[in-house]
Amino acid sequence: MSTHTLHFFDRVDTALHDATLRTALDRATTRFVGNRAGAIGALSDADRLRDQARALRAYALSRLDELLERLAERVEDRGGHVCWASDGEEAKRYIAELARSRGVRSIVKSKSMASEEIHLNEALERAGVEVVETDLGEYILQIAGETPSHIIAPAIHKTREQVGALFEQHLGMPPTTEVPPMIRAARQALRQRFLRADMGISGVNFGVADEGAVVIVENEGNARFTTTVPRIHVAIMGIERIVERLEDLAVMLQVLARSATGQKLSVYTSIISGPARPGEADGPEEFHLVLLDNGRSQILGGQYAEALMCIRCGACLNACPVYQSIGGHAYGGVYSGPIGAILTPLLQPDLPDNHLLPHASSLCGACQEVCPVRIAIPDLLLRLRADAVKAGKFHPIEKTAIQTYATMMNNPALYRASGKFAHLGARLLRRKGRIRRLPPPLHLWTRGRDFPSLPAQTFSEWWEERERQRRSG
Amino acid sequence: MSTPAGLRRVTLFVTCIVDQLYPAIGKATVQILERQGVAIHVPRGLTCCGQMAFNAGFRDESYAVAGRTIELLRGQGDVVLPSGSCAAMIRHLYAELFAHSPYAGPAAELAARTYELTEYLVDVLGVTDVGAHYRGRITYHDACHGLRFLGVGRQARTLLAHVREAEVRPLPNGGTCCGFGGLFAIKQYAISEAMLERKLHDVQAAEADLLVTGDASCMTQIAGGLSRRGSPTRARHIAEVLANMVDVRPV
Repeated sequence: MSTHTLHFFDRVDTALHDATLRTALDRATTRFVGNRAGAIGALSDADRLRDQARALRAYALSRLDELLERLAERVEDRGGHVCWASDGEEAKRYIAELARSRGVRSIVKSKSMASEEIHLNEALERAGVEVVETDLGEYILQIAGETPSHIIAPAIHKTREQVGALFEQHLGMPPTTEVPPMIRAARQALRQRFLRADMGISGVNFGVADEGAVVIVENEGNARFTTTVPRIHVAIMGIERIVERLEDLAVMLQVLARSATGQKLSVYTSIISGPARPGEADGPEEFHLVLLDNGRSQILGGQYAEALMCIRCGACLNACPVYQSIGGHAYGGVYSGPIGAILTPLLQPDLPDNHLLPHASSLCGACQEVCPVRIAIPDLLLRLRADAVKAGKFHPIEKTAIQTYATMMNNPALYRASGKFAHLGARLLRRKGRIRRLPPPLHLWTRGRDFPSLPAQTFSEWWEERERQRRSG
Repeated sequence: MSTPAGLRRVTLFVTCIVDQLYPAIGKATVQILERQGVAIHVPRGLTCCGQMAFNAGFRDESYAVAGRTIELLRGQGDVVLPSGSCAAMIRHLYAELFAHSPYAGPAAELAARTYELTEYLVDVLGVTDVGAHYRGRITYHDACHGLRFLGVGRQARTLLAHVREAEVRPLPNGGTCCGFGGLFAIKQYAISEAMLERKLHDVQAAEADLLVTGDASCMTQIAGGLSRRGSPTRARHIAEVLANMVDVRPV
């Protein structure tokens, strides 16, 4: 356990000492938080809209099996294919085999956290297929050889200065810190890839059961390109990302866009129902929907089911003072921030630092405050902490401390005695009315903070004395 | 002690941190409530709400501490705490801690009569001016649990607005966590310090000589940072301001 503990703390330490990362995070999260507040504030009935969104998510989860079957049936009715993938391996096998059997050599991808979750790109590259990310942020990371650090802004940890240097090196463009020329360079490089690709892989924001359709929202147009130009379109959808009716999108798309980027709606909203039909000029010849379980159905019936309501807007990351301080990579999993500290232990149970993630929170509640579907994130983090303790995952010092605390609090005589003892200790340590250095493990407090000196008389002692005087007086 | 008819009576739960570290906050709370004609009762042997163990994930230990607290507060009328965090533990988290246990009922009953101090003053007693006086510039930090789990903040601002001669200045990002978070401050000390750094930056920007908040724990974090950096700004609990006891404690 100790080495893994070091790993997490090392990542945190690295992040906290990375001044460029702090600049990038400050710029981006400040902008996101402000935009979201403006867009939500502009609604006259934001609270009701969020309640509706939550109700729709709860409803969909309560009838998940039925809605998924309806979705699959209707997709097939429209000439699409459905793969029920119980885990990442099954999903990757299906897509790799599809690529092989259809002679696919080049793939373009639009943003998909589900594909990140199962490490799809590596699997396809191992199978000898070229994969190109087409979301600008993802494209930057692919060039840099990095992973996303934010659900909707994958390259949030990079400053435009860093991206400029990267493009100079890899795309041979002249040095710049201006965003528009960088976008033009990326667009030019990507355009050729779109035209040459045999397969497009996308994520899914919402599956619509009644329509047999998937909905993809984006701002760059790359997802629309990915899903219409190549002859095969594969959409990967976490099984929980479903609504029943098209009308439900009226609520969900609003809360998603407003919470994620502060837009009223995303620039592009594509509703895709199957391959091109006979006589249609546009659209792929084949449409495949991969329904990814990968641990989700295990979560469904349990005490963390609420986490499946998440619509991946990223608002909780932006609002979280811990995320603002350390960024996404320090968390170690695909999903970061407050919701990541819940999803990663649940969806990637083999990561060694999992039990530490729920502790990377001061439980301030800023996440729940902005969550469009009001997930009780702090409560879920607390449950995960309790589960970790039950599983014996805690530092031995912590257990001793907590047991000492509980014994003391349950025994007023002992509580008083230890208070006296602490007072004596504090008298020895204090200088000019404050303590600059406490003994281990409390030295971690006084590293950067003073501690007050303890008073000669506790409140209870004062109160009892006063009561005695009152009675006798 | 008998209570004259018509006089309000509350049970004061000062919390373990105030009892041991900041008795002045407890005394200030007593003074404020008594001035409003409230009779105060302090149950003997009351120690802690159990939050420290609960937040660490040690629910059995928390159950024992909190269960004892429920017993001591049984039948004790309205309970007032000078802490949004401990009040939120009772009002919000006891339901989770005691779910499916014999204490589920008593916990819900206790939650319904538990109040944070400023909430009790403004919403229950209907007081906005407690006769406080402070010559200087005050800025207010919304402690997270009171703000987000009890909806407390407006009450404190109302009370502070009536402090004579005080100029109340806005604190940028006043609702952002100071980085205390209980054991988080020790276990994730580096993140906690980074969060404190931002808070101190905002406190400085507020150009106040007194940082006021409603939780002794957050006050300890912010005061610890101010003191370490040699800042002239002092941190005080709102009860100390409302009871004119700002100068009672050093630092």
